[in-house]
Amino acid sequence: MVEFIAVFKRDVRLAAAQGGGLGLAIGFFLIVVSLFPFGIGPDLKLLARVAPGVLWIALLLSVLLSLDRMFQADFEDGSLEQLVVSRAPLEVIIVAKVLAHWVTTGVPLILATPILGLFLNLDEQAFGVLVLSMLIGTPALNFVGAAGAALTVGIRRGGLLLSLIVLPLYVPILVFGVSAIQSSLTGPSGSLQTMMILGALTLGSAALAPFAAAAALRVHLR
Amino acid sequence: MNGSVIFKYANPTQFMSLSKAMLPWLLVLTVASFGIGLYGGLWVAPPDYQQGETVRIMFVHVPASWMAMAAYSFMALASLVGMVWKHPLADVAAKSAAPIGACFTFLALVTGSLWGKPMWGAWWVWDARLTSMLVLFFLYLGYIAIWQTIEEPIKAGRVAAILAMVGFVNIPIIKFSVDWWNTLHQPASILRADGPAIYISILWPLLVMILSFTLLFSVLLLVAMRSEVIRRRIRSIRMAKIEGFG
Repeated sequence: MVEFIAVFKRDVRLAAAQGGGLGLAIGFFLIVVSLFPFGIGPDLKLLARVAPGVLWIALLLSVLLSLDRMFQADFEDGSLEQLVVSRAPLEVIIVAKVLAHWVTTGVPLILATPILGLFLNLDEQAFGVLVLSMLIGTPALNFVGAAGAALTVGIRRGGLLLSLIVLPLYVPILVFGVSAIQSSLTGPSGSLQTMMILGALTLGSAALAPFAAAAALRVHLR
Repeated sequence: MNGSVIFKYANPTQFMSLSKAMLPWLLVLTVASFGIGLYGGLWVAPPDYQQGETVRIMFVHVPASWMAMAAYSFMALASLVGMVWKHPLADVAAKSAAPIGACFTFLALVTGSLWGKPMWGAWWVWDARLTSMLVLFFLYLGYIAIWQTIEEPIKAGRVAAILAMVGFVNIPIIKFSVDWWNTLHQPASILRADGPAIYISILWPLLVMILSFTLLFSVLLLVAMRSEVIRRRIRSIRMAKIEGFG
């Protein structure tokens, strides 16, 4: 537990000190979302219809972009080896790193989504569900992504490989994330079920992905 | 599983001689099975009363999709054996199965699309089954890409094995989510499998075709595994030479 907190604090501090990575991710998010109106035209009704999907896909891509830094920097400067040989189980350390990564990239991105929702003429009453669905669903993106990042750590052109591996696994999260927002637009309480499935995806990936990631890191550092 | 049974054929030399002896027989069996299955499918089976002759695509499409799933399961199982027992041939088997499985998946997608044109009036419909096949195809691509980017075979085998198992756990979740998504977006407009009960004259060619595809898979797998074993031998001979000069 001591190691868990120590790793979590270290990663959050490192992210805060560097700063640049977060700004880049938010900038990317903003640009991807604002490209859509250029691509499909400024029709407000159409934009409102596609807004949930666009926001989720842009968020997913922004998370994907920040994933390769999760282990890569530690791998390059050797601190990853120290973490692997430390007393605490590697799985626990990975959970700490994933949570730190989520707090420093996932949460700021989510806080930016309501503004982008305005850009896309998303109904205001969906904003609460939008943010909530993302808060519940995005940890799953980070956990599954951590397994992908661990599989590709230290590989040439790992970033491209990472996208190829991780994006198909993101399909369920995307489906339920978007349907949570859409069902909130049509009915008052229709989104509860999808929220619960999103929660299940997050919990399931939190339970399984650290083991896959730890196994992958051990292979790479053997 | 009994360890001794698994390791009996773990020796690559033994595998090479055994597979060499088996291949011609398997090949003959595959060709014969395809002959019977195709005859049954193309001549014996009656055209469907609604879909006409196009229903015959089924005799390629259904076995291909079946093998697409079966090959991935085989790959995941081989990966598990490779991870747990460090079986030297399991990695080879998993690696060799991937491109074959990807081809079957591609075949299933293409035949599905060809079937879709007369049935749905479009080459591609975001039908739940087609879509989950597409995602399965992506999973295969990621797995193959891992093997191609990591040069050292043992390390590549381990990493790829983890990915195969992660993918295998995810397949049912993806299937479930795609089914959900599909009902959300387009309510039942798709042809149903449970029309009139399948006639025996359609059923037997279909089963024979599934058997043929399974045989074809095992033939292709054995050939691919043999060339992978040879490739690794060449690699180790080369490495030994380089070390000898150094």
